[in-house]
Amino acid sequence: MTWTRRHLITIEELSLLEIEQIHATASAFKKILQRSVKKVPALRGKTIVNLFLEPSTRTRMAFDMAAKRLSADVIAFDAASSSTQKGETLRDTAENIQALNADMIVIRHAAAGSPLYLSKILDIPVINAGDGAHEHPTQGLLDTFTMKEHLGSLKGRKVAILGDILFSRVARSNIYALTKMGAAVTLVGPSTLVPHGFTTLGAQVSHDLKSALADADVVMLLRIQHERQGHRHFPSLGEYTSMFGLNKTRASWLNPHAIIMHPGPINRGVEIDSELADGERSVILEQVTNGIAVRMAVLYLCAGNQPEHVISSTE
Amino acid sequence: MPALWIKNARIVDPAAKRDAVGDLFALDGKMVARLSPKDRRRARKIDARGLVAAPGLVDIHVHFREPGQTHKETIATGSRAAAAGGFTTVVCMPNTSPSADNAGTIQYILDAVRRDAVVKVLPTGCITSGMKGDTLAPIGSLKRAGVVAITDDGNCVQSNELMRRAIEYAKMFDLPVLDHCQDQSMTDGAVMNEGNVSIRLGLRGWPNAAEDVIVSRNVILSAYTGAHIHMQHISSALSVDIVRRAKADGVRVTAEATPHHIAFTDEALSGYDPNFKMNPPLRTEADRRAIIAGLRDGTLDCISTDHAPHKDFEKDKEFDYAPNGILGLETALAVVLQVLVRERRFKLSLAIDLMTRRPAGVLGLPAGTLLPGAAADICLFDPDEEWTYDAKAGQSKSSNSPWSGRTLRGRVKTTLVDGRVVFPFAVS
Repeated sequence: MTWTRRHLITIEELSLLEIEQIHATASAFKKILQRSVKKVPALRGKTIVNLFLEPSTRTRMAFDMAAKRLSADVIAFDAASSSTQKGETLRDTAENIQALNADMIVIRHAAAGSPLYLSKILDIPVINAGDGAHEHPTQGLLDTFTMKEHLGSLKGRKVAILGDILFSRVARSNIYALTKMGAAVTLVGPSTLVPHGFTTLGAQVSHDLKSALADADVVMLLRIQHERQGHRHFPSLGEYTSMFGLNKTRASWLNPHAIIMHPGPINRGVEIDSELADGERSVILEQVTNGIAVRMAVLYLCAGNQPEHVISSTE
Repeated sequence: MPALWIKNARIVDPAAKRDAVGDLFALDGKMVARLSPKDRRRARKIDARGLVAAPGLVDIHVHFREPGQTHKETIATGSRAAAAGGFTTVVCMPNTSPSADNAGTIQYILDAVRRDAVVKVLPTGCITSGMKGDTLAPIGSLKRAGVVAITDDGNCVQSNELMRRAIEYAKMFDLPVLDHCQDQSMTDGAVMNEGNVSIRLGLRGWPNAAEDVIVSRNVILSAYTGAHIHMQHISSALSVDIVRRAKADGVRVTAEATPHHIAFTDEALSGYDPNFKMNPPLRTEADRRAIIAGLRDGTLDCISTDHAPHKDFEKDKEFDYAPNGILGLETALAVVLQVLVRERRFKLSLAIDLMTRRPAGVLGLPAGTLLPGAAADICLFDPDEEWTYDAKAGQSKSSNSPWSGRTLRGRVKTTLVDGRVVFPFAVS
């Protein structure tokens, strides 16, 4: 089956096969990242623009690293010093980037739907690096990639996603990826941050931490974005931690082999005990490392390459 | 002025309980029962075989952007869009720049209307100064200057106390108060209906409850003061029900619905197209059906378009940042015919009533009928003609319509104001 997609906008629109193709390609790239020479010529001569209009550390560096490992030239777009501050529209900014002969745009934007909008305007591939509270497809792909490394097939696995679901693009992308891969997803957190409507995306919704964590193979914590919610969605960080924070007692409810994940940035002592974040069940830093291989796979495939060519092109 | 003789039309005049093929006559700009043989001979004759002759349509909710935002629309272009859509009387909202919160601005608007308008354009004034919701605008002076209602459309008056005083004060002048029902404390940053679709799209939701709370508040204040409040563009099923119960109790409230709220649901937002972004937002199928039921049983008094022009460069943005509002005047009749008459089996006369006599009645305007003595404001349309609407080729200065490019059925052929043909436009 050939890869035909030029843009990566959502996981919602990906097929299971496409997810598996990305994961297989990422596996091949991960092996390369373990070699002493970590660079391959796959995208030599291509220019990738990282259009990050919202703050980002991990994602931006991982995309940067991924592009460079593929030998692409990378231009970072700094929102603070750019024309967007002078009132230039996103359309104009993007068309200018295309006119500068960029081959691909990676976009992070606070407004949901912006990557889709760009993909309709531009002729070059658009990769969504997170759009508002909508999707963060490469995060969902790297999270499921990391789960597979630890658990094998995700079919029938139980994944609990805990925290601020309402405002989370990571949650949405993971719900789509996990349900397509056959896992059972339970969303848990306060009712104001985990509305019942999420069941329409194929997940279970729970406000009872114990039953949600019982026998879970994975618990994924999401940052409490207190800067977004003001003080209306829950009383205080202290109350959140006392009701929903992951501590040792609560972690003992999980399956013995269960892994603890977090897309970062973590608020130590809020959604997770500091010791657990650093503990042996935590795969938080593995997620970061896998983020490079997965993003290499996405850039490689959306640039028009085929999954089966990875090994030959990288040796 | 010469006499007018419209022949062989299907005349639909709900005020006269008339729906029959026949002829219409006008003399000196007024409808008459018959013409003298002499007047008949020299009358302008229009063969309307196969067409419906309805009273000129009435829209009590449009934005013509003049003064201040004339790059979006003007009274000239807006009134031409109205004429092309079969509307002969429109009521424009006061959220201009500056806002129409003083007699001078109303005078400016009326001067522009006299100079530029091809249909009857009636102004409204603000409820509060600058539409800020702090202090009452000079409502008496606005009335004297010629407003037909007051409203802070777009900025719902949040203070219950101020709203109570506004309606009590306006009642003294027999001025209706139009309210855009939205509890703003519940809609911070909201850009679409709150529900399963907003969850999927990751967009901030505007819950029905924020409308229902204010509709309820208005019912309570109207009951308390006896003043007339008209609820603009009802979008929520529960709000329809609240108005229904209030009317059954004899409370002096009226309400309207838009063509887009009866035609679309929030599912239309899946592609993040800002031409489906408006306030209040498109809601669910259950809400859409409740609004249609409300129009059928009279709970909702009329159709209003909320014609809200914005230029491409303003609308063509990230969904979150695009302004609210869409065009409505040139497509309203076709949409109503499609949704209410063909799909929901409304009688044609009821659909026409909702766009003529009933909106005129909400504001007490002398419009909406073809009875002798009435102004000869007439809309002739072919209920079955299919046409493709191209908003860019339309009469409005803007083209922000979700119907652009769609094939619509039902087309206005001729619009007359005071017995004169104002559409199709004379070639100059």
